[in-house]
Amino acid sequence: MIVPLIVLPLSAGVLAFALPHAGLRRGLLILTSAGHTILVASCFAVAPEPLLSGWLGLDAPGLLFLALASLLFLAASVYGLAYLPREDQRAGHKSERVFVGCLLLFLSSMTLATTSQHMGLLWISIEATTLSSAPLIYFHRERRSLEATWKYLLICSVGIALALMGTFFLAVAVTDGKTVPLVVKDLIEAGGMMHTAWMKAAFCFLLVGYGTKMGLAPLHTWLPDAHSESPSPVSALLSGALLNCAFLGILRGLQICHGAGLEQFARELLLLFGIFSMGIAAVFLLRPVDFKRMLAYSSVEHMGILAVGVGLGAAGTSAALLHAVNHSLAKGMLFLVAGNIVAVYNTKSVDSVRGLLRRIPASGFLWVSGFLAITGCPPFGTFLSEFSILRAAADQGLGFIVAAYLVLLGLAFVGMANAFLHMAQGNSKSSLPGKERYLELLPPAVLGSGVLLLGFYIPPHLTSLLETASRALGGAP
Amino acid sequence: MNAWTDTSLIVALLAVLMTLGSSRIALCIRLVAVQGIALSLLPVTTSDTFNSHVWLLAVGTLLVKGILLPWFLHKTRRQADVPREVEPYIGFGASLLVGTAMLTASFWGASVLPLPHHQPPTTLALPISFFCVFSGLFLVASRRKALMQVLGYLVLENGIYIFGIVLVKDQPLLVEMGVLLDLVVGVFVMGIAIFHISREFEHIDADRLNLLNDAVGRDGAA
Repeated sequence: MIVPLIVLPLSAGVLAFALPHAGLRRGLLILTSAGHTILVASCFAVAPEPLLSGWLGLDAPGLLFLALASLLFLAASVYGLAYLPREDQRAGHKSERVFVGCLLLFLSSMTLATTSQHMGLLWISIEATTLSSAPLIYFHRERRSLEATWKYLLICSVGIALALMGTFFLAVAVTDGKTVPLVVKDLIEAGGMMHTAWMKAAFCFLLVGYGTKMGLAPLHTWLPDAHSESPSPVSALLSGALLNCAFLGILRGLQICHGAGLEQFARELLLLFGIFSMGIAAVFLLRPVDFKRMLAYSSVEHMGILAVGVGLGAAGTSAALLHAVNHSLAKGMLFLVAGNIVAVYNTKSVDSVRGLLRRIPASGFLWVSGFLAITGCPPFGTFLSEFSILRAAADQGLGFIVAAYLVLLGLAFVGMANAFLHMAQGNSKSSLPGKERYLELLPPAVLGSGVLLLGFYIPPHLTSLLETASRALGGAP
Repeated sequence: MNAWTDTSLIVALLAVLMTLGSSRIALCIRLVAVQGIALSLLPVTTSDTFNSHVWLLAVGTLLVKGILLPWFLHKTRRQADVPREVEPYIGFGASLLVGTAMLTASFWGASVLPLPHHQPPTTLALPISFFCVFSGLFLVASRRKALMQVLGYLVLENGIYIFGIVLVKDQPLLVEMGVLLDLVVGVFVMGIAIFHISREFEHIDADRLNLLNDAVGRDGAA
């Protein structure tokens, strides 16, 4: 079951480079993403067997992030059906061929990242996600997107190279006469004979390396550029799906630390990076200038929240995983709606956009709901998960964490409220009603309803998946 | 074979030191190629057995790090019409000084982090690996030309490679080849990006890639 999951988008991606006709490529994109989602759904029913002596396998955390990636990819492809024809005049067919091909290869590499149980294979796949997504950012062929692509490529490649160093450190930490394969399960079992200093060094390198890719401050500097300059469906995938894959890399390191009895060390580092990321993001969210940049900084903030949640131990971990689900859905929705706004107003500047609710009422409505969802307002699922993380901190009596968490969330709320409401209200300079297509409204609406639903009801399948996943991250095999 | 291991490690070390001090990009590319060729000996000299795994890795490394990537970077340099000078933020003398400081730090770091369970084939591998990693990071941060930053990335990768080959025993071939493949694709994509940068911006100075920032009112009225 795992092999078709990886090979389907891989072969479709290669095929897309060869297909001459734009319509065929779009058809291929939507069919592949639908097929991928169906395959992932079947993995919920029947757990797939591990392959290649345990190198590939789908455990609970992997399945959770794979499902999110697949769902967001489906939403982005449906959105792409309306988006690509519109961009066609601007960018031309040649660019679109690379775009669709790389998009599918990107899905394949994310699937490999979520199904890798071998730390070396995981590294290869996460580097592959960088390489396959870099051409996507350069879709518009402009100076700004080129600059963003360069920063993304260089900073992420250098960052991830450090994660490879961390992976080798792991190998040194467990070498004890006989060789232990770098498979997560075996590494956890070998925890007793881990060399502590090397294991600590390994986790630091893994955290810095994958943390660069995940956008944890102070290594996030590429993220606002890349996420704001890429085409909106790609921004949705980068923020909603790819950041999770990098997070999974850190979680694998945490699992191994558990085996070696170093979880306290790992969790303290995660708390530190998490709070720092939330702080940096809050500063930049206070006065947003560019609304896609604002969404990107909000991703830095939420990655910080995830790191804090996992840093708080068992109770925080399941809340953090739920928050990852909420964040992916809400951020995917917002970036897609941002694409609608850019299409009508032709700018990303907060100041120049007024009167969304009048000019494009449906997108305006989704924009405001998305604001409530991403800032964690009560009816939405984000409130539940952010609150559970807060409670986990309060239960452990971590006063400083509680205070910082609340203040930083509050600051981000105030800054974003200003920008979102400024854009939604008032009168647009142009009184012409903007054109809204169903295909550009349906995917964000579905994602948004998902976050709303999670605020009232968490399906039992999801609950059990989250429990299994947080148990796995808590050191259980 | 220990003498050969030490020799190739020292060649790699000298190549990095010269890269830090040289002002010509073409020379820097050649130095990185020399480093790649020296490193391609390591799989053979550090191994006790000579199976297909060892040879595949050595030949793969030679082809990729010694020939393919330097050739591609030369080609990019010509096509993108990159000026010949390196143009560092930090001068060559100072760079060399930083280099010796990093070398000292690497030897010190290697002495406080002893390998836990087995005796390495040579005591030089750990410090030189650290030194290449530090130098790579330093080159990425201190050089203005995008092409030099790619070279810095390669030096960093080479440092990690030394660590992986000499100090981590019995890595699966699949992982080693995958890492090499990622490196090739990565440098190719970076090369293409440099080509586009030179066309769009009429320079490849990474420090002048500064359209994107958080300044208030940047393109407010767009």
